[in-house]
Amino acid sequence: MEYEAVIGMEVHVEINTKSKVFCACNNDFHAPPNTHVCPVCLGMPGVLPVLNIGMVEASVAVGLALNCKISRWSKMDRKNYFYPDLAKNYQISQYDLPLCHDGEMEIDIEGGTKRIGITRAHMEEDTARNTHTIGTRESGVDFNRCGVPLLEIVTEPDIRSADEAFAYLTALKQILQYLDVSDCNMEEGSLRAEANISIRPKGTVEFGTKTEVKNVASFSGVHKAIDFEIRRQRAALDKGDAIVQETRGWDADKGITFVQRSKESAHDYRYFPDPDLVPVVVDEAWEQRIRESLPELPRARNHRFQAEYALSPYDAGVVTSTRAMADYYEATVKAGAPAKLAANWIMGDLQGMLVERKLDIAQCPVTAASLGEMIRLIEDGTINGKIAKDLLPEMIDSGKSADLLVKEKGLVQISDRGELEAIVRGVLDANPGPVEDFKAGKDRAKGFLVGQIMKATKGKGNPKLVNEILERLLAS
Amino acid sequence: MSRITEKDVDYVAGLAQLVLDGPTKAKMVKDLGEILGYIDKLNELDTTGVEPMMHVLDMSNVYRQDVVGESLTQDQALKNAPKTDGAYFLVPRILDGEH
Amino acid sequence: MGQELFRLKAHEIRGAIRRGETTATEVTQSVLGRIGAVEGKVQAYTEIWGDYAQQRAADIDRRIKAGEDPGPLAGVPIGLKDNYCTTEGTTGCCSKILKGFRSPYNGTVVEKLLDAGAVFLGKLNMDEFAMGSSTENSSVQKTRNPWNLRCVPGGSSGGAAAGIAAHEAAVTMGSDTGGSIRQPAALCGCLGLKPTYGRVSRYGLVAFASSLDQIGPFTKDAEDMALIMGVIAGRDPRDSTSADIPVPDYSKALRDDIKGLRIGLPKECFTDALGAEMREKILAAVEVLKAQGAQVVEVSLPHTEYAIAVYYIICTAEASANLARFDGVRYGYRHPDAKSVEDMYRLSKSHGYGPEVQRRIMLGTYVLSSGYYDAYYLKAQKVRALIKKDFEDAFQSCDIIATPTTPTPAFEFGAKTDDPLEMYLSDIYTSSINLAGIPGMSIPCGLTASKLPAGLQLLGKPFDEETLIRVAYAYEKHSGWERADAPIT
Ligand SMILES: [Mg+2]
Ligand SMILES: [Zn+2]
Repeated sequence: MEYEAVIGMEVHVEINTKSKVFCACNNDFHAPPNTHVCPVCLGMPGVLPVLNIGMVEASVAVGLALNCKISRWSKMDRKNYFYPDLAKNYQISQYDLPLCHDGEMEIDIEGGTKRIGITRAHMEEDTARNTHTIGTRESGVDFNRCGVPLLEIVTEPDIRSADEAFAYLTALKQILQYLDVSDCNMEEGSLRAEANISIRPKGTVEFGTKTEVKNVASFSGVHKAIDFEIRRQRAALDKGDAIVQETRGWDADKGITFVQRSKESAHDYRYFPDPDLVPVVVDEAWEQRIRESLPELPRARNHRFQAEYALSPYDAGVVTSTRAMADYYEATVKAGAPAKLAANWIMGDLQGMLVERKLDIAQCPVTAASLGEMIRLIEDGTINGKIAKDLLPEMIDSGKSADLLVKEKGLVQISDRGELEAIVRGVLDANPGPVEDFKAGKDRAKGFLVGQIMKATKGKGNPKLVNEILERLLAS
Repeated sequence: MSRITEKDVDYVAGLAQLVLDGPTKAKMVKDLGEILGYIDKLNELDTTGVEPMMHVLDMSNVYRQDVVGESLTQDQALKNAPKTDGAYFLVPRILDGEH
Repeated sequence: MGQELFRLKAHEIRGAIRRGETTATEVTQSVLGRIGAVEGKVQAYTEIWGDYAQQRAADIDRRIKAGEDPGPLAGVPIGLKDNYCTTEGTTGCCSKILKGFRSPYNGTVVEKLLDAGAVFLGKLNMDEFAMGSSTENSSVQKTRNPWNLRCVPGGSSGGAAAGIAAHEAAVTMGSDTGGSIRQPAALCGCLGLKPTYGRVSRYGLVAFASSLDQIGPFTKDAEDMALIMGVIAGRDPRDSTSADIPVPDYSKALRDDIKGLRIGLPKECFTDALGAEMREKILAAVEVLKAQGAQVVEVSLPHTEYAIAVYYIICTAEASANLARFDGVRYGYRHPDAKSVEDMYRLSKSHGYGPEVQRRIMLGTYVLSSGYYDAYYLKAQKVRALIKKDFEDAFQSCDIIATPTTPTPAFEFGAKTDDPLEMYLSDIYTSSINLAGIPGMSIPCGLTASKLPAGLQLLGKPFDEETLIRVAYAYEKHSGWERADAPIT
């Protein structure tokens, strides 16, 4: 039988406020264990939570970026369950009235775009981290992460394949990074994705029994896990077996999902409004202030770049992949570089050199203005492209401007016809063999001669002019 | 007639992480049954259209600014713990990472 | 000064120290001596900080000598209920599960009292986690009523009430979730105030039921009540539910003038359920106020009879979550046999909590559990809204409301321990006040024939503790009942 997959995603994102969500501890849990903790996040007796306004504003910003409605009135609830990583043995979360709800996002899929509904995005607190030393009968608990602000983003079951899930996660991460609300580092757990997966006979509308796949450490892992789970469910149904509603983990080494917890042991969370916290009321004015502070989002910027700078969809996609790169690109163009050339330089040479040096574009020692100036120097014939390729790494490593380096090193292109002709004649005189070869029809000899001429000019010969003079002299 | 059965008590004790021995459980069934029987008084009241109260004070939007303050030292954090290794709180081995 | 400095009220101590008639050290030593003399019978304290208190008093005396402002409570000896988090001593809530816990921080009220120059004497006995009405649920000891040692002091702040009645402190601090200050104050013959919800910070008070808990003082008179409230009231950025409402100068309430004040008597509180003797005491006290120019009006609180039911749903539901944190991971008791995480929870909790705490956790867990939330918790929150509305309506026609604090005076040990529901009904006049969030004060209004104190409960509009203090002050001046000393027999 032909089946269709029905997938919904739940993503937990750690929000990069300075302090934790309900206390003033540093929101950086990469510190020695249990040093970024206080009575509040340790759940000591007598403590009370006070909500971090930075978390509310970041969450509203994400909600708006995902086209959500922002609740005028929402509240914090307690979700009760026992686990050693949960200091109070309840998690402060939002239950029936999430801060953001009913949004949507567009993703690119083969042959077009697709809308993914966002059910909700709600605020909660992260848990501590458990560590297990092999061979011991105990686990260690580090509460540095306990109380880190967490935004949970839940989609509608609109996703139909592993590819779409991958595209959704990529697009979501891009938005979150544009908003600068999270570093979205999946390996370190600052973005955690879970997939609810079921399949149904193609053409039917009823949902099948779903499984939930958790604890996957990368987007490609999510892709593989979903693919595996669809295949597993299909095989089960084809055999006449029923799908069991359960939580499954992902074993990246074996490439399989496995049962973690069946529904029988599912929890009764006893949610109720947290009496220690008061309602979150986001009025229109507050929402508007946050809306106005939003940066241009990746899709909008991509489309604008295509329209305004005549970039191909591919180039626009690469150049807007991060907010920093898009900012850099625009600044380069504003500095006078032609749009297409700027894109080529940034996507090609510059990006390659930054990767080699393990630098992010935001840390690029060559300012966009400086790169723009360099591209202008090529454009106005001051230097040639070959020189520029050698110049760029020097600009990165020395931090000097193109103009300065060109002057310091005397790299100005030789475009004086008389001067160049004298050099070309000298090269031809010194290389009678290749000249003969060329005249005998061996085209390769010309390349050799050009190389010799560029060498003689220390690479500064205007390539167009060199070519023209060479051809004329060889033909005579 | 009791409002609550032994099975209910077992279920709730499981949620609350309590273990009740035989006599304690029997007393719990009796006591909770009586209290819940008394609480049934509330059913006399028609509360249609009444907004449930969440806070006696009509307050909203109480926040702290996003500023880092003081934390405890590791020693202070661990000092009351039944078992530590000097850096981590130690608990009997956790078998899965279900949350 | 005379030998019996321990009998002084806080404002008297403050004045005497400021005038140089005595020192913080003398007062502290006197009170510590008194504790040594009577504590064997009363057993109010679970921890006595003798050395700490003397050092602290000496420090205050040094500061006074150096000409520094010693603060409004300089040298006033104060005892704290065992659910106040203090870096000094332990904070155990009189529970085995938290025995020996050393708080890494001081609660806000503790800080405020320290800043004001108070001298802390130690921790006072209470029902485990403040759950009870007789202090018999303490895992530490039984506190006896100084008026009759065969009787309970009330609860849950029984140690705080008995301690002040026995002059083992000038002021004691308690907490009130459903009557835990007012009920023991009535039973021990002292003043006890539960401020408006949000008036005093809860930060550092070990939570029982977060939407109901309030910190409040036990004092020997109304003037002390004004003095303490001036120190502890006010918004705290660490408590989201503390109100941002200016704190008045409570001393202005001490003016012996209640002419024209309208006192509401709710008809639901004077039914046959109230014994004849208690009724007589309360009405006599109201007569004293009338004689000073107050008017009496009848009011109605039609949902009073539902208060206990609502209260026990809400307080147990909140408690079931608040007490979940006592799991033996970060602090507190862990059962030695725990080999798995589940065992750690189950053994530690089952051996760590007493029967009443387990009963309330069970009830609270049940009312929140899947399928029951609407029938119990949500229903209770709706009726709670109706109860609050009752008070708003009643206060349309009066300035304060007067009721008995308790249906009976102090009862004997063991009288109600087998029947939790009967014990719960001890809070019949007090718990609705926590549900409505309004302030309530119990003041002593004489002794019954069996020589046990009776308490008059005064209820005010939200944040109007001033009027309660004003009425209490006027009553003191004119009741003709000079507060007798408890015989401690
Ligand atoms: Mg969540
Ligand atoms: Zn913290």
